[in-house]
Amino acid sequence: MLTPVVDPDGAPFWEHARAGRLHIQACADCGTFRFPPRPCCPHCQSFGQEWRRVSGHGRIWSYVVPHPPLLPDYAAQAPYNVIVVELDDAPRVRLVGNLVTEAGARLDSVPPEQIRIGARVRVVFDGTGLPQWVRERP
Amino acid sequence: MAAAGIKDATAVVGIGQTAFARHLPEDERTLACRAVLAALDDAGIAPGEVDALASYTMEETDEVELAKAVGFGDLTWFGRIGYGGGGSCATVAQLAAAIASGQASVGVAWRSRKRGSGARPWTDTVRQLPTPAQWTRPFGLLRPVDEIAMLTRRYLHEYGATRDHLFNVALACRNRANQNPDAMMYDRPLTREMYMTSRWISEPLCLFDNCLETDGALACVVVGAERARDCRRRPVLIHAAAQGLPAQHHGMVNYWNDDPLTGPAWAAARHLWKHADLTPEDVDVAQIYDAFTALVPLSLEGYGFCGRGEGGAFTEQGALETGGRLPLNTGGGGLSEAYVHGFNLITEGVKQLRGTSTAQVPGATTCLVTAGEGVPTSALLLRAGD
Repeated sequence: MLTPVVDPDGAPFWEHARAGRLHIQACADCGTFRFPPRPCCPHCQSFGQEWRRVSGHGRIWSYVVPHPPLLPDYAAQAPYNVIVVELDDAPRVRLVGNLVTEAGARLDSVPPEQIRIGARVRVVFDGTGLPQWVRERP
Repeated sequence: MAAAGIKDATAVVGIGQTAFARHLPEDERTLACRAVLAALDDAGIAPGEVDALASYTMEETDEVELAKAVGFGDLTWFGRIGYGGGGSCATVAQLAAAIASGQASVGVAWRSRKRGSGARPWTDTVRQLPTPAQWTRPFGLLRPVDEIAMLTRRYLHEYGATRDHLFNVALACRNRANQNPDAMMYDRPLTREMYMTSRWISEPLCLFDNCLETDGALACVVVGAERARDCRRRPVLIHAAAQGLPAQHHGMVNYWNDDPLTGPAWAAARHLWKHADLTPEDVDVAQIYDAFTALVPLSLEGYGFCGRGEGGAFTEQGALETGGRLPLNTGGGGLSEAYVHGFNLITEGVKQLRGTSTAQVPGATTCLVTAGEGVPTSALLLRAGD
Protein backbone atom coordinates (compact mmCIF):
# COMPACT_ATOMS: atom_id res chain seq x y z
CA MET A 1 0.00 0.00 0.00
CA LEU A 2 1.12 3.57 -0.54
CA THR A 3 2.01 5.42 2.62
CA PRO A 4 1.74 9.21 2.87
CA VAL A 5 4.83 10.98 1.54
CA VAL A 6 4.80 13.74 4.11
CA ASP A 7 5.93 17.33 3.59
CA PRO A 8 6.75 19.78 6.41
CA ASP A 9 3.34 21.44 6.18
CA GLY A 10 1.51 18.13 6.45
CA ALA A 11 3.69 16.42 9.07
CA PRO A 12 1.67 17.50 12.16
CA PHE A 13 -1.52 16.03 10.66
CA TRP A 14 0.13 12.63 10.37
CA GLU A 15 1.79 12.85 13.79
CA HIS A 16 -1.60 13.46 15.37
CA ALA A 17 -3.16 10.69 13.26
CA ARG A 18 -0.57 8.18 14.50
CA ALA A 19 -1.69 9.09 18.03
CA GLY A 20 -5.31 8.46 17.04
CA ARG A 21 -6.37 12.10 16.88
CA LEU A 22 -7.79 14.14 14.01
CA HIS A 23 -6.25 17.61 13.99
CA ILE A 24 -6.68 20.25 11.31
CA GLN A 25 -4.43 23.23 10.68
CA ALA A 26 -5.95 26.59 11.62
CA CYS A 27 -4.76 30.18 11.58
CA ALA A 28 -3.40 31.27 14.97
CA ASP A 29 -4.62 34.81 14.30
CA CYS A 30 -8.01 34.72 12.53
CA GLY A 31 -8.82 31.12 13.49
CA THR A 32 -9.81 29.96 10.00
CA PHE A 33 -9.31 26.25 9.27
CA ARG A 34 -7.32 25.44 6.17
CA PHE A 35 -6.75 22.21 4.30
CA PRO A 36 -4.46 21.00 2.87
CA PRO A 37 -1.95 22.53 5.30
CA ARG A 38 0.19 25.39 4.01
CA PRO A 39 2.62 28.00 5.33
CA CYS A 40 0.27 30.94 5.73
CA CYS A 41 -3.39 31.86 6.01
CA PRO A 42 -5.08 32.74 2.69
CA HIS A 43 -7.63 34.90 4.55
CA CYS A 44 -5.39 37.11 6.71
CA GLN A 45 -1.89 36.19 5.45
CA SER A 46 -0.69 35.39 8.96
CA PHE A 47 2.11 32.84 9.31
CA GLY A 48 0.86 31.89 12.77
CA GLN A 49 -0.64 28.42 12.85
CA GLU A 50 -2.10 25.98 15.31
CA TRP A 51 -3.38 22.43 15.04
CA ARG A 52 -6.89 22.18 16.37
CA ARG A 53 -8.56 18.93 17.34
CA VAL A 54 -11.89 18.32 15.56
CA SER A 55 -14.70 16.02 16.60
CA GLY A 56 -14.11 13.56 13.77
CA HIS A 57 -17.76 13.60 12.76
CA GLY A 58 -18.88 14.46 9.27
CA ARG A 59 -20.91 13.56 6.20
CA ILE A 60 -20.04 11.86 2.95
CA TRP A 61 -19.71 14.56 0.27
CA SER A 62 -19.00 12.17 -2.59
CA TYR A 63 -17.52 8.75 -3.28
CA VAL A 64 -16.07 6.63 -6.07
CA VAL A 65 -15.59 2.92 -6.60
CA PRO A 66 -12.30 2.29 -8.45
CA HIS A 67 -11.89 -0.86 -10.52
CA PRO A 68 -8.64 -2.27 -11.98
CA PRO A 69 -6.25 -1.50 -13.59
CA LEU A 70 -4.86 -0.25 -10.29
CA LEU A 71 -1.61 -0.59 -8.36
CA PRO A 72 -1.33 -4.24 -7.22
CA ASP A 73 -2.04 -3.72 -3.50
CA TYR A 74 -5.17 -1.77 -4.35
CA ALA A 75 -6.28 -4.08 -7.17
CA ALA A 76 -6.27 -6.89 -4.57
CA GLN A 77 -9.04 -5.07 -2.68
CA ALA A 78 -10.94 -3.68 -5.68
CA PRO A 79 -13.62 -2.70 -6.25
CA TYR A 80 -13.32 -0.63 -3.07
CA ASN A 81 -14.59 2.79 -2.08
CA VAL A 82 -12.92 6.14 -1.68
CA ILE A 83 -15.02 8.81 -0.01
CA VAL A 84 -14.72 12.54 0.60
CA VAL A 85 -15.92 13.59 4.04
CA GLU A 86 -17.11 17.08 4.90
CA LEU A 87 -16.29 17.72 8.56
CA ASP A 88 -19.01 18.91 10.95
CA ASP A 89 -16.56 21.26 12.67
CA ALA A 90 -15.17 22.71 9.44
CA PRO A 91 -17.57 22.23 6.50
CA ARG A 92 -15.08 23.50 3.93
CA VAL A 93 -12.48 20.97 5.03
CA ARG A 94 -13.07 17.83 3.01
CA LEU A 95 -10.92 14.79 3.70
CA VAL A 96 -10.33 11.92 1.30
CA GLY A 97 -10.62 8.53 3.01
CA ASN A 98 -12.25 5.12 2.98
CA LEU A 99 -15.53 3.92 4.47
CA VAL A 100 -14.87 0.69 6.36
CA THR A 101 -16.77 -1.56 8.78
CA GLU A 102 -14.27 -1.06 11.59
CA ALA A 103 -10.78 0.35 12.17
CA GLY A 104 -8.24 -1.51 10.09
CA ALA A 105 -10.84 -3.25 7.89
CA ARG A 106 -10.29 -3.77 4.16
CA LEU A 107 -11.09 -0.99 1.71
CA ASP A 108 -13.90 -3.14 0.27
CA SER A 109 -15.47 -4.05 3.62
CA VAL A 110 -18.55 -1.88 3.01
CA PRO A 111 -20.57 -2.83 -0.10
CA PRO A 112 -20.77 0.15 -2.50
CA GLU A 113 -24.58 -0.03 -2.64
CA GLN A 114 -24.66 0.82 1.07
CA ILE A 115 -22.83 4.12 0.56
CA ARG A 116 -24.75 7.33 0.02
CA ILE A 117 -23.94 11.01 -0.18
CA GLY A 118 -24.94 12.77 3.02
CA ALA A 119 -24.49 9.73 5.27
CA ARG A 120 -23.05 10.51 8.71
CA VAL A 121 -19.61 9.08 9.45
CA ARG A 122 -16.99 9.27 12.19
CA VAL A 123 -13.26 8.88 12.09
CA VAL A 124 -11.30 5.84 13.29
CA PHE A 125 -7.62 5.06 12.77
CA ASP A 126 -6.06 1.93 11.34
CA GLY A 127 -2.89 0.38 12.77
CA THR A 128 -0.61 2.55 10.66
CA GLY A 129 -2.13 5.88 11.66
CA LEU A 130 -4.24 6.34 8.55
CA PRO A 131 -7.63 7.91 9.27
CA GLN A 132 -10.58 5.79 8.14
CA TRP A 133 -14.33 6.33 8.42
CA VAL A 134 -17.17 4.24 9.80
CA ARG A 135 -20.90 4.86 9.53
CA GLU A 136 -22.56 6.33 12.59
CA ARG A 137 -25.58 4.09 11.95
CA PRO A 138 -24.35 0.92 10.24
CA MET B 1 -2.87 47.71 -32.62
CA ALA B 2 -0.70 47.49 -29.53
CA ALA B 3 -3.35 48.98 -27.26
CA ALA B 4 -5.86 46.35 -28.35
CA GLY B 5 -3.87 43.53 -26.78
CA ILE B 6 -3.96 40.20 -28.57
CA LYS B 7 -7.44 40.47 -30.10
CA ASP B 8 -7.15 39.33 -33.74
CA ALA B 9 -3.50 40.40 -33.74
CA THR B 10 -2.19 36.92 -34.51
CA ALA B 11 -3.33 33.87 -36.42
CA VAL B 12 -2.77 30.15 -36.67
CA VAL B 13 -1.42 29.63 -40.18
CA GLY B 14 -0.14 26.07 -40.10
CA ILE B 15 -1.13 22.78 -38.51
CA GLY B 16 0.52 19.38 -38.64
CA GLN B 17 0.15 15.96 -37.11
CA THR B 18 1.48 12.43 -37.21
CA ALA B 19 -0.66 9.34 -37.36
CA PHE B 20 -2.54 8.49 -34.15
CA ALA B 21 -2.25 4.92 -32.88
CA ARG B 22 -1.98 2.85 -29.74
CA HIS B 23 1.62 2.20 -30.75
CA LEU B 24 3.86 4.11 -33.13
CA PRO B 25 7.41 2.82 -33.64
CA GLU B 26 9.13 6.21 -33.61
CA ASP B 27 10.14 7.99 -30.42
CA GLU B 28 8.56 11.19 -29.12
CA ARG B 29 11.34 13.42 -30.44
CA THR B 30 11.00 12.06 -33.96
CA LEU B 31 7.23 12.39 -33.84
CA ALA B 32 7.58 16.00 -32.63
CA CYS B 33 9.91 16.83 -35.53
CA ARG B 34 7.50 15.33 -38.04
CA ALA B 35 4.49 17.24 -36.68
CA VAL B 36 6.39 20.54 -36.51
CA LEU B 37 7.77 20.22 -40.04
CA ALA B 38 4.30 19.33 -41.34
CA ALA B 39 2.84 22.43 -39.68
CA LEU B 40 5.55 24.70 -41.09
CA ASP B 41 5.07 23.21 -44.55
CA ASP B 42 1.30 23.76 -44.21
CA ALA B 43 2.02 27.42 -43.45
CA GLY B 44 4.69 27.78 -46.13
CA ILE B 45 7.22 29.06 -43.59
CA ALA B 46 10.86 27.92 -43.45
CA PRO B 47 12.07 26.37 -40.17
CA GLY B 48 14.85 28.98 -39.98
CA GLU B 49 12.24 31.69 -39.44
CA VAL B 50 10.89 30.21 -36.21
CA ASP B 51 11.88 32.30 -33.18
CA ALA B 52 9.35 31.24 -30.52
CA LEU B 53 8.32 27.90 -29.03
CA ALA B 54 5.68 26.85 -26.54
CA SER B 55 4.76 23.46 -25.18
CA TYR B 56 3.70 21.61 -22.03
CA THR B 57 5.71 20.80 -18.91
CA MET B 58 5.20 17.05 -19.34
CA GLU B 59 6.67 17.19 -22.87
CA GLU B 60 9.64 14.86 -23.37
CA THR B 61 11.01 16.72 -26.40
CA ASP B 62 12.81 19.82 -25.20
CA GLU B 63 13.34 23.08 -27.04
CA VAL B 64 17.06 22.52 -27.57
CA GLU B 65 16.56 19.13 -29.20
CA LEU B 66 13.68 20.29 -31.37
CA ALA B 67 15.49 23.46 -32.50
CA LYS B 68 18.64 21.53 -33.38
CA ALA B 69 16.86 18.77 -35.25
CA VAL B 70 14.42 20.87 -37.24
CA GLY B 71 16.75 23.79 -37.94
CA PHE B 72 15.13 26.73 -36.19
CA GLY B 73 16.75 30.16 -36.18
CA ASP B 74 17.67 32.04 -33.02
CA LEU B 75 14.87 31.60 -30.50
CA THR B 76 13.88 34.70 -28.53
CA TRP B 77 10.86 33.25 -26.69
CA PHE B 78 10.21 29.79 -25.28
CA GLY B 79 8.06 28.56 -22.47
CA ARG B 80 6.17 25.64 -21.08
CA ILE B 81 2.73 25.49 -19.55
CA GLY B 82 2.00 23.33 -16.55
CA TYR B 83 -0.86 21.13 -15.37
CA GLY B 84 -1.04 18.53 -18.13
CA GLY B 85 -4.03 18.91 -20.39
CA GLY B 86 -4.82 22.31 -18.91
CA GLY B 87 -1.92 23.76 -20.86
CA SER B 88 -3.00 23.03 -24.43
CA CYS B 89 -4.61 26.31 -25.43
CA ALA B 90 -2.14 28.30 -23.35
CA THR B 91 0.71 27.21 -25.64
CA VAL B 92 -0.94 29.04 -28.52
CA ALA B 93 -2.06 31.87 -26.24
CA GLN B 94 1.49 32.51 -25.05
CA LEU B 95 2.81 32.54 -28.61
CA ALA B 96 0.07 35.02 -29.49
CA ALA B 97 1.15 37.23 -26.60
CA ALA B 98 4.81 36.98 -27.60
CA ILE B 99 4.08 37.91 -31.20
CA ALA B 100 1.49 40.61 -30.44
CA SER B 101 3.96 42.27 -28.08
CA GLY B 102 6.78 42.16 -30.61
CA GLN B 103 9.01 39.70 -28.80
CA ALA B 104 8.85 37.10 -31.57
CA SER B 105 7.51 36.77 -35.09
CA VAL B 106 6.99 33.07 -35.87
CA GLY B 107 5.90 30.74 -33.10
CA VAL B 108 5.49 26.98 -32.99
CA ALA B 109 3.47 25.12 -30.36
CA TRP B 110 3.62 21.34 -30.21
CA ARG B 111 2.79 18.24 -28.23
CA SER B 112 4.35 14.83 -28.73
CA ARG B 113 3.36 11.92 -26.58
CA LYS B 114 3.58 8.16 -26.35
CA ARG B 115 0.76 7.63 -23.91
CA GLY B 116 -0.58 4.65 -25.86
CA SER B 117 2.53 2.51 -25.62
CA GLY B 118 4.44 4.35 -22.89
CA ALA B 119 4.08 4.62 -19.13
CA ARG B 120 1.11 6.18 -17.38
CA PRO B 121 2.23 8.74 -14.80
CA TRP B 122 -0.14 7.47 -12.10
CA THR B 123 1.52 4.04 -12.00
CA ASP B 124 4.64 5.56 -10.48
CA THR B 125 4.79 4.47 -6.85
CA VAL B 126 8.31 5.63 -6.09
CA ARG B 127 8.64 9.19 -7.26
CA GLN B 128 6.88 11.78 -5.12
CA LEU B 129 3.87 13.17 -6.93
CA PRO B 130 2.81 16.79 -6.44
CA THR B 131 1.68 18.00 -3.02
CA PRO B 132 -1.90 16.63 -2.87
CA ALA B 133 -0.67 13.03 -3.19
CA GLN B 134 -0.27 12.51 0.56
CA TRP B 135 -3.95 13.40 1.06
CA THR B 136 -5.30 11.14 -1.69
CA ARG B 137 -3.07 8.30 -2.89
CA PRO B 138 -2.76 6.27 0.34
CA PHE B 139 -6.56 5.95 0.32
CA GLY B 140 -6.59 4.48 -3.18
CA LEU B 141 -7.54 7.64 -5.07
CA LEU B 142 -4.80 6.78 -7.52
CA ARG B 143 -5.61 7.89 -11.05
CA PRO B 144 -6.97 11.00 -12.73
CA VAL B 145 -10.16 9.05 -13.48
CA ASP B 146 -10.69 8.43 -9.75
CA GLU B 147 -10.24 12.11 -8.99
CA ILE B 148 -12.69 13.22 -11.68
CA ALA B 149 -15.17 10.43 -10.84
CA MET B 150 -15.39 11.91 -7.32
CA LEU B 151 -16.45 15.28 -8.78
CA THR B 152 -18.75 13.53 -11.25
CA ARG B 153 -20.62 11.66 -8.50
CA ARG B 154 -21.21 14.92 -6.65
CA TYR B 155 -22.25 16.65 -9.89
CA LEU B 156 -24.80 13.95 -10.72
CA HIS B 157 -26.11 14.05 -7.14
CA GLU B 158 -26.36 17.82 -6.94
CA TYR B 159 -28.03 18.53 -10.28
CA GLY B 160 -29.86 15.35 -11.21
CA ALA B 161 -27.69 14.77 -14.27
CA THR B 162 -27.53 11.14 -15.41
CA ARG B 163 -25.27 8.64 -17.11
CA ASP B 164 -27.36 9.20 -20.23
CA HIS B 165 -26.04 12.76 -20.30
CA LEU B 166 -22.48 11.47 -20.12
CA PHE B 167 -23.32 8.99 -22.88
CA ASN B 168 -24.55 11.88 -25.06
CA VAL B 169 -21.04 13.34 -24.84
CA ALA B 170 -19.31 10.06 -25.62
CA LEU B 171 -21.66 9.41 -28.53
CA ALA B 172 -21.21 12.85 -30.13
CA CYS B 173 -17.44 12.41 -30.06
CA ARG B 174 -17.65 8.87 -31.43
CA ASN B 175 -20.03 9.86 -34.20
CA ARG B 176 -17.60 12.54 -35.37
CA ALA B 177 -14.67 10.13 -35.15
CA ASN B 178 -16.62 7.76 -37.38
CA GLN B 179 -16.39 10.51 -40.04
CA ASN B 180 -12.66 11.12 -39.52
CA PRO B 181 -10.32 8.59 -41.16
CA ASP B 182 -7.42 9.82 -38.98
CA ALA B 183 -9.33 9.05 -35.76
CA MET B 184 -8.39 5.97 -33.75
CA MET B 185 -12.08 5.07 -33.44
CA TYR B 186 -12.92 5.78 -37.11
CA ASP B 187 -14.40 2.34 -37.77
CA ARG B 188 -15.79 1.70 -34.28
CA PRO B 189 -19.36 2.94 -33.80
CA LEU B 190 -20.73 3.30 -30.25
CA THR B 191 -24.22 2.37 -29.06
CA ARG B 192 -26.06 3.15 -25.86
CA GLU B 193 -26.08 -0.54 -25.00
CA MET B 194 -22.30 -0.75 -25.39
CA TYR B 195 -21.95 2.25 -23.11
CA MET B 196 -24.37 1.08 -20.42
CA THR B 197 -22.92 -2.44 -20.27
CA SER B 198 -19.23 -1.53 -20.50
CA ARG B 199 -16.90 -2.17 -17.60
CA TRP B 200 -16.42 0.36 -14.83
CA ILE B 201 -13.14 2.17 -14.53
CA SER B 202 -14.08 4.24 -11.49
CA GLU B 203 -17.80 4.30 -10.72
CA PRO B 204 -19.66 6.40 -11.84
CA LEU B 205 -17.29 6.56 -14.85
CA CYS B 206 -17.17 3.60 -17.26
CA LEU B 207 -14.79 2.67 -20.07
CA PHE B 208 -16.44 4.99 -22.61
CA ASP B 209 -16.27 7.97 -20.24
CA ASN B 210 -12.47 7.85 -20.57
CA CYS B 211 -10.23 9.25 -23.27
CA LEU B 212 -8.07 7.08 -25.50
CA GLU B 213 -4.45 6.15 -24.91
CA THR B 214 -2.55 7.45 -27.91
CA ASP B 215 0.89 7.74 -29.47
CA GLY B 216 1.12 10.83 -31.68
CA ALA B 217 2.25 14.41 -32.10
CA LEU B 218 0.71 17.65 -33.32
CA ALA B 219 1.91 21.19 -33.92
CA CYS B 220 0.69 24.55 -35.05
CA VAL B 221 2.32 27.75 -36.30
CA VAL B 222 1.35 31.23 -35.11
CA VAL B 223 2.32 34.52 -36.79
CA GLY B 224 1.09 38.12 -36.76
CA ALA B 225 -2.15 38.84 -38.60
CA GLU B 226 -0.37 40.88 -41.31
CA ARG B 227 2.09 38.12 -42.07
CA ALA B 228 -0.73 35.57 -42.02
CA ARG B 229 -2.21 37.00 -45.20
CA ASP B 230 0.88 35.84 -47.11
CA CYS B 231 0.75 32.25 -45.87
CA ARG B 232 -0.53 29.26 -47.82
CA ARG B 233 -3.81 28.73 -46.00
CA ARG B 234 -6.68 30.86 -44.87
CA PRO B 235 -5.57 32.34 -41.53
CA VAL B 236 -7.47 31.48 -38.37
CA LEU B 237 -7.38 34.52 -36.10
CA ILE B 238 -6.80 34.18 -32.38
CA HIS B 239 -9.62 36.42 -31.27
CA ALA B 240 -9.27 35.91 -27.52
CA ALA B 241 -7.32 33.68 -25.18
CA ALA B 242 -7.25 33.04 -21.46
CA GLN B 243 -5.77 30.93 -18.73
CA GLY B 244 -7.67 30.10 -15.55
CA LEU B 245 -6.45 29.15 -12.09
CA PRO B 246 -9.26 30.09 -9.70
CA ALA B 247 -8.77 31.20 -6.11
CA GLN B 248 -8.18 28.33 -3.70
CA HIS B 249 -8.01 25.81 -6.53
CA HIS B 250 -6.06 22.63 -5.88
CA GLY B 251 -4.99 20.58 -8.88
CA MET B 252 -7.34 17.91 -10.12
CA VAL B 253 -8.62 17.11 -6.62
CA ASN B 254 -10.40 20.40 -6.24
CA TYR B 255 -12.68 19.21 -3.44
CA TRP B 256 -10.95 21.73 -1.24
CA ASN B 257 -12.56 24.80 -2.76
CA ASP B 258 -15.57 26.53 -1.30
CA ASP B 259 -17.38 25.53 -4.49
CA PRO B 260 -15.74 22.51 -6.14
CA LEU B 261 -18.22 22.30 -9.00
CA THR B 262 -17.13 25.64 -10.42
CA GLY B 263 -13.63 24.94 -11.61
CA PRO B 264 -10.98 26.62 -13.74
CA ALA B 265 -13.31 26.88 -16.75
CA TRP B 266 -15.26 29.57 -14.93
CA ALA B 267 -12.10 31.59 -14.27
CA ALA B 268 -10.83 31.25 -17.84
CA ALA B 269 -14.26 32.04 -19.29
CA ARG B 270 -14.63 35.31 -17.38
CA HIS B 271 -11.40 36.60 -18.91
CA LEU B 272 -12.06 35.15 -22.35
CA TRP B 273 -15.48 36.73 -22.86
CA LYS B 274 -14.39 40.01 -21.30
CA HIS B 275 -11.77 40.40 -24.03
CA ALA B 276 -13.91 39.14 -26.91
CA ASP B 277 -16.34 40.84 -29.26
CA LEU B 278 -18.31 37.60 -29.23
CA THR B 279 -20.58 35.83 -26.73
CA PRO B 280 -21.28 32.11 -26.24
CA GLU B 281 -24.28 32.50 -28.55
CA ASP B 282 -21.95 33.47 -31.40
CA VAL B 283 -19.95 30.24 -31.19
CA ASP B 284 -20.62 28.02 -34.22
CA VAL B 285 -18.67 24.95 -33.12
CA ALA B 286 -16.76 23.98 -29.96
CA GLN B 287 -13.83 21.74 -29.14
CA ILE B 288 -14.23 21.05 -25.41
CA TYR B 289 -11.52 19.14 -23.56
CA ASP B 290 -12.81 15.64 -22.98
CA ALA B 291 -10.32 13.49 -21.10
CA PHE B 292 -13.48 12.39 -19.28
CA THR B 293 -17.08 12.89 -20.45
CA ALA B 294 -18.03 14.67 -17.23
CA LEU B 295 -15.67 17.54 -18.04
CA VAL B 296 -17.97 18.54 -20.90
CA PRO B 297 -21.14 19.45 -18.95
CA LEU B 298 -18.95 21.22 -16.39
CA SER B 299 -17.25 23.18 -19.20
CA LEU B 300 -20.55 23.99 -20.94
CA GLU B 301 -21.61 25.65 -17.69
CA GLY B 302 -18.25 27.28 -17.09
CA TYR B 303 -18.02 28.84 -20.55
CA GLY B 304 -21.59 30.11 -20.36
CA PHE B 305 -23.42 27.93 -22.89
CA CYS B 306 -25.98 27.15 -20.20
CA GLY B 307 -26.69 27.92 -16.58
CA ARG B 308 -25.20 26.30 -13.52
CA GLY B 309 -26.35 22.70 -13.18
CA GLU B 310 -27.80 22.67 -16.71
CA GLY B 311 -24.81 21.07 -18.44
CA GLY B 312 -26.33 17.60 -18.42
CA ALA B 313 -29.66 18.71 -19.85
CA PHE B 314 -27.82 20.79 -22.47
CA THR B 315 -26.55 17.56 -24.06
CA GLU B 316 -30.09 16.32 -24.79
CA GLN B 317 -31.84 16.24 -28.18
CA GLY B 318 -28.66 15.97 -30.19
CA ALA B 319 -27.37 19.37 -29.10
CA LEU B 320 -23.75 18.27 -29.44
CA GLU B 321 -24.20 16.50 -32.79
CA THR B 322 -23.81 17.97 -36.27
CA GLY B 323 -26.73 20.34 -36.82
CA GLY B 324 -27.32 20.61 -33.07
CA ARG B 325 -27.17 23.69 -30.89
CA LEU B 326 -23.39 23.33 -30.36
CA PRO B 327 -21.57 20.76 -32.54
CA LEU B 328 -18.81 19.39 -30.35
CA ASN B 329 -15.36 17.85 -30.83
CA THR B 330 -15.83 17.44 -34.54
CA GLY B 331 -12.69 15.39 -35.11
CA GLY B 332 -13.71 12.93 -32.39
CA GLY B 333 -11.96 14.63 -29.48
CA GLY B 334 -9.86 12.96 -26.83
CA LEU B 335 -12.57 10.35 -26.37
CA SER B 336 -12.51 9.05 -29.94
CA GLU B 337 -9.93 10.74 -32.20
CA ALA B 338 -6.74 10.78 -30.12
CA TYR B 339 -5.68 11.77 -26.63
CA VAL B 340 -2.66 13.99 -27.06
CA HIS B 341 -3.37 16.29 -24.13
CA GLY B 342 -5.99 18.14 -26.13
CA PHE B 343 -3.78 19.47 -28.90
CA ASN B 344 -5.97 17.79 -31.53
CA LEU B 345 -8.83 20.01 -30.34
CA ILE B 346 -6.81 23.07 -31.38
CA THR B 347 -5.96 21.72 -34.83
CA GLU B 348 -9.58 20.59 -35.31
CA GLY B 349 -10.75 24.10 -34.47
CA VAL B 350 -8.42 25.42 -37.17
CA LYS B 351 -9.75 22.87 -39.67
CA GLN B 352 -13.33 23.95 -38.97
CA LEU B 353 -12.54 27.59 -39.64
CA ARG B 354 -10.67 26.68 -42.81
CA GLY B 355 -13.70 24.66 -43.91
CA THR B 356 -11.72 21.43 -44.09
CA SER B 357 -13.05 19.35 -41.18
CA THR B 358 -14.28 15.82 -41.90
CA ALA B 359 -17.42 16.86 -40.00
CA GLN B 360 -17.59 20.40 -41.30
CA VAL B 361 -20.15 22.71 -39.72
CA PRO B 362 -21.46 24.67 -42.71
CA GLY B 363 -20.33 28.29 -42.64
CA ALA B 364 -18.56 28.02 -39.28
CA THR B 365 -16.71 31.25 -38.54
CA THR B 366 -16.14 30.99 -34.78
CA CYS B 367 -14.83 28.16 -32.63
CA LEU B 368 -14.18 27.85 -28.91
CA VAL B 369 -11.34 25.52 -27.97
CA THR B 370 -10.77 24.61 -24.33
CA ALA B 371 -8.07 22.86 -22.34
CA GLY B 372 -8.51 20.45 -19.45
CA GLU B 373 -11.16 21.32 -16.87
CA GLY B 374 -10.43 20.35 -13.28
CA VAL B 375 -6.82 21.48 -13.59
CA PRO B 376 -5.50 25.02 -14.16
CA THR B 377 -6.75 25.52 -17.68
CA SER B 378 -6.78 27.68 -20.81
CA ALA B 379 -9.00 28.49 -23.76
CA LEU B 380 -8.91 30.01 -27.22
CA LEU B 381 -11.63 31.77 -29.14
CA LEU B 382 -10.79 31.37 -32.83
CA ARG B 383 -12.30 33.28 -35.73
CA ALA B 384 -12.03 32.70 -39.47
CA GLY B 385 -9.77 35.27 -41.11
CA ASP B 386 -10.22 36.85 -44.53
